Amino acid sequence: MEQKVSNNNSFMGYTRSDLTNFLIAMILSFVAIPLVVQTDYWYSSILIPWLCLALAAIGQQIVMGYAGQLALGAAGFMAAGAFACFNLILRVPDIPFFVALGLSGLVAAAFGILFGLPSLRVRGIYLMVATLASQFFIVWMIDKFGWFKNYDTSGIITAQDIVILGKPFTSPLEMYLVILVVVTVLTILAVNMARGSTGRNWMAVRDMDIAAESMGISLLKTKLQAFAICAFYCGVAGALFAFTYLKSLEPVAFDIKLSFKILFMVILGGLGTISGAFIGAAFILLFPVLLNSVGNNVFHGAIDATIISSIEQVVFGVLIIVFMIYEPLGMAKLWGNIKQRFSRNK
Amino acid sequence: MTIDRNFPIGEPVLEVKNISLRFGGVKAITDSSFSVLKHEIKAIIGPNGAGKSSLLNCINGIYQPQEGSIAFKGEVLEKITPNLIAQKGISRTFQNLALFKRMSVLDNILVGRRLHMNSNFMQVAFQLPKARAEEKENLIKCEEIVDFLEIADIKNTPVGKLPYGLQKKVELGRALATEADFLMLDEPMAGMNVEEKREMCRFILKVNDELGTTMVLIEHDMGVVMDISDNVVVLDYGKIIADGPPDEVRANQEVIDAYLGVSHD
Repeated sequence: MEQKVSNNNSFMGYTRSDLTNFLIAMILSFVAIPLVVQTDYWYSSILIPWLCLALAAIGQQIVMGYAGQLALGAAGFMAAGAFACFNLILRVPDIPFFVALGLSGLVAAAFGILFGLPSLRVRGIYLMVATLASQFFIVWMIDKFGWFKNYDTSGIITAQDIVILGKPFTSPLEMYLVILVVVTVLTILAVNMARGSTGRNWMAVRDMDIAAESMGISLLKTKLQAFAICAFYCGVAGALFAFTYLKSLEPVAFDIKLSFKILFMVILGGLGTISGAFIGAAFILLFPVLLNSVGNNVFHGAIDATIISSIEQVVFGVLIIVFMIYEPLGMAKLWGNIKQRFSRNK
Repeated sequence: MTIDRNFPIGEPVLEVKNISLRFGGVKAITDSSFSVLKHEIKAIIGPNGAGKSSLLNCINGIYQPQEGSIAFKGEVLEKITPNLIAQKGISRTFQNLALFKRMSVLDNILVGRRLHMNSNFMQVAFQLPKARAEEKENLIKCEEIVDFLEIADIKNTPVGKLPYGLQKKVELGRALATEADFLMLDEPMAGMNVEEKREMCRFILKVNDELGTTMVLIEHDMGVVMDISDNVVVLDYGKIIADGPPDEVRANQEVIDAYLGVSHD
């Protein structure tokens, strides 16, 4: 039996190894990466989208992995957040960037509550269909009413520069650092919630709603809370995604494909773990890059690019099926198992 | 056999009056009335499908009876939901185990402390002193329950991996964690061996004796029922056919015919 040392040398309920891991991650991401990685490609094509999508995946993780509500509209909430941020910066003079970011998260959260309402009546695959509404409605609304796009007719709006305390953050490295700060803070908050009573309520609703209700957990409140927080995370992620990665605002970027991508991140990464969101996002994002470079470097272009992208689809499909069957808890669990085996062999 | 009890049996605390429950054309419960006295252990027995669990589900608010009323502590409960019942101080376990399978034993029991934890998600997210103090306080309470039920060695195991008997124990622990003064146990000993049953009986009696918790339990093992309960209600085809102390019920001819069987020699 593995006995965890509880409350010894712990800070805010975290064990020592948690804190060391956190410290290593912080040093790596804030110091090592900026010092070592010099090419803009790494920032603007890999690290920035990875962090943005991981943040959205945390949101999806909260509603799906923790609260057990099958929702499929993350990209819709991202669009809401992105356009809210655009409009706030455009229309509110001198609004600090982080305030705009937080408010756009709240706007998305309001949509989250609205589109979470079906979860009180339907569940499972039917809920998934119902939540698709958020995906289509939000994107349609932005397209339909010109006000959201500031009556821009070109269809693609350039995002404003990120300005914090008068200093513009426009280079890939600077933007990476901005995102990193936001993602770090929001991840810590998410981990706190997941480990605390809030997360327990979500998981109780996920695992056995009748029993949860009999213990005094309000299903209505808990489900809507999960949807709101999910949408908040997705909204912030969407704003960052648009402002740093896309550098433009177009509703088309937040289509159903992106929702599915985020869903796959959560499933492959591991349902019900925050780390799974990061692992899943990295995998979904890096795998095509890897496949492409293998295609180019090993086969020297002998394989057609379209075939490679088809292979990508096939591999994703197979992986999802394999994970569903053999390791429903995803790569995070796999990693945990490996670690456990190592520590046992020592 | 009068033994001095810490909490002598008192007034009726739960009164079920003329309850009828139908599922379409099927009558699950017909015009049934009974009451549960404060601090007593009341057993509900009856053949399979007699409506025992339905009765608990009515009290718990999972089913809404078409007719009749339920009063708890002298107050008639109008619109009963599981949530409201929990807040009134009634806790329960389920017949087919309703544990949170992917959560650890300790987390399951901590969920039982839900009504004793008031910090909202913001306080939890920012780990404000209130949320931290509350978490610690409730964790201590849950560790006590874990020790009481002698399951300390498995407290970090996900309950889904535990054998059936232990899961039943965890479910009892979760119900105890609510600190409800009224506990409904739906077949707490189903599928247990003699030893486990004896242990479970010990826990139930101990809780009743030390905390004065009123208990309603559904059980099939007649030996257990006769041993630990103060009063027994017998259900057959959705009707109450007897209600009284175990000895009286055992002697009731109708009960013998309906449930215990007629002797053949």
